[in-house]
Amino acid sequence: MIADRAHDRAVVGIGNQPFMSIQAVGKTYRGKERSVKALDPVNLDLAAGEFVSVVGPSGCGKSTLIMLVAGLVPMTTGQVVIEGRRVMSPYTNVGIIFQRDALLDWRTVLDNVLLQIDIRRLRRSRYEPLARELLTRVGLGGFETYHPWELSGGMRQRVALCRALIHDPSLLLMDEPFGALDALTRDQMILDLERIWLENRKTIMFITHSISEAIFLSDRIVVMSPRPGRIASEIRVSLPRPRRLSVRESTAFGRYAAQIREQFQAFGLLTET
Amino acid sequence: MPEQSDREGLGRGAFTARLASYAYPLGAALALFGAWEAFVRIGAISPLLLPAPTEVLATVVREFPVLLHMSAITAAEFVLGFALSVLVGLPLGALIVYARPIELAIYPLLVAFQTMPKAAIAPIFVVWLGAGMNSKILIAFTIAFFPIVIDTAIGLRSAAPETIHLVRSMGASAFQVFWYVRFPNALPSIFGGLKVASTLAVVGAIVGEFVSADKGLGYLVLVANGELNTRLVFACVLMLSVLGIIFYFLVEAIERLVVSWHVSARQLELAGETG
Repeated sequence: MIADRAHDRAVVGIGNQPFMSIQAVGKTYRGKERSVKALDPVNLDLAAGEFVSVVGPSGCGKSTLIMLVAGLVPMTTGQVVIEGRRVMSPYTNVGIIFQRDALLDWRTVLDNVLLQIDIRRLRRSRYEPLARELLTRVGLGGFETYHPWELSGGMRQRVALCRALIHDPSLLLMDEPFGALDALTRDQMILDLERIWLENRKTIMFITHSISEAIFLSDRIVVMSPRPGRIASEIRVSLPRPRRLSVRESTAFGRYAAQIREQFQAFGLLTET
Repeated sequence: MPEQSDREGLGRGAFTARLASYAYPLGAALALFGAWEAFVRIGAISPLLLPAPTEVLATVVREFPVLLHMSAITAAEFVLGFALSVLVGLPLGALIVYARPIELAIYPLLVAFQTMPKAAIAPIFVVWLGAGMNSKILIAFTIAFFPIVIDTAIGLRSAAPETIHLVRSMGASAFQVFWYVRFPNALPSIFGGLKVASTLAVVGAIVGEFVSADKGLGYLVLVANGELNTRLVFACVLMLSVLGIIFYFLVEAIERLVVSWHVSARQLELAGETG
């Protein structure tokens, strides 16, 4: 299988050094009257080119985990090592996508993608053709001069995806990127994301609360417990790629879904009478 | 593309909406002045108490040279006062957001100063700066700068945390965060403050002229009032409101140019869509 082969190559390529290593990373928010433990120490390794999803209930600290990994919020315990270097300040070899697209209203679609280039002080003229090509690849050719408010939610999130890819980062951090989209748009985005990922194999850490989204996209799924979040189980997904939407009706898919659901039931998050 | 035709549809709607935006206020103003004129004529009100709008207009035409001269002086006072309040207000608003100690130190003082009635301290400025234009500029400034400071601070603080996180992950410096995100994001709020300030600056200039002056529209109002020349008082008031309106719409025109992307600037299009 394509995915498995790529996987082996990636792991062997760096001599068993993981691309990213999350080591006992925990977060406690200290308040005046009480401290809130958002994340119990988490250990997780990601191989280069691996697609790992983190699923868990709302408030389990999975968004916090993304912020810690990106070096945007200081961690209380532990460390994150990416490509052999400890993350001490905002990690910049990364593309981040949030649930809210965070597009700038005053910039056109093209300029929103090129924000990445402007802030990095790279040559605009070099990256502009690339930005146009990316936009065309996600079906936004012809919309370069539009402003964000003229686009639908799905189109806006595609612009955010292009902005996260334009500088060719080795890591993508995605925090419930499709959470605000309707079911149909979501399915299309999932297909597009897998296609784009198969083309250039970036390492992706994908946060979601959708079990089916996680199974469809991932090489590996990490299930987190309710707050304070910790890793409850890991599931390796070995469905052939590229995956088709119909894979969701397969028995293998159902087995993975049942496994995660049972985990949630064990937490008492789902009760059936 | 269907989106393309949507755009043109909005364009046509926007035209009718724009037409309505002129027709409605004009109609309302005409109705008001019509009622006023009728009230004065039917009730045979003495022009000493309330001159008819047509008489006021006639006075404006008759006294136009002197009115224009006085207007130029008053306009210079409130425009300079406004400019000064922008020059001080914007950096002060930014300072409040970026320097916590400054916020702690200055903010209560600002609020205390704002609650002071400026008309009460205006005479002091005249003592300090003389009866010339400088004291009027300073009074216009003290009245106008507060909303600019507050709205600048509010605007700079209103950037979404995700957006800040995002640009920091691109390696943005503090200045880049300000320049690419916080400042443009604050512009609609800043212009809100500027528009309020533009009307307050006019009030400030007149307050200053009331206290002590030998020229300007406020001075002319006092003189005309002393002579029981009510027509001229009303003519001055008319000139003042025209000046105020021109200044306000000037600021608004700049706003439209600068923040054409903002929701408020798109309201016209929305009105076209529903209407």
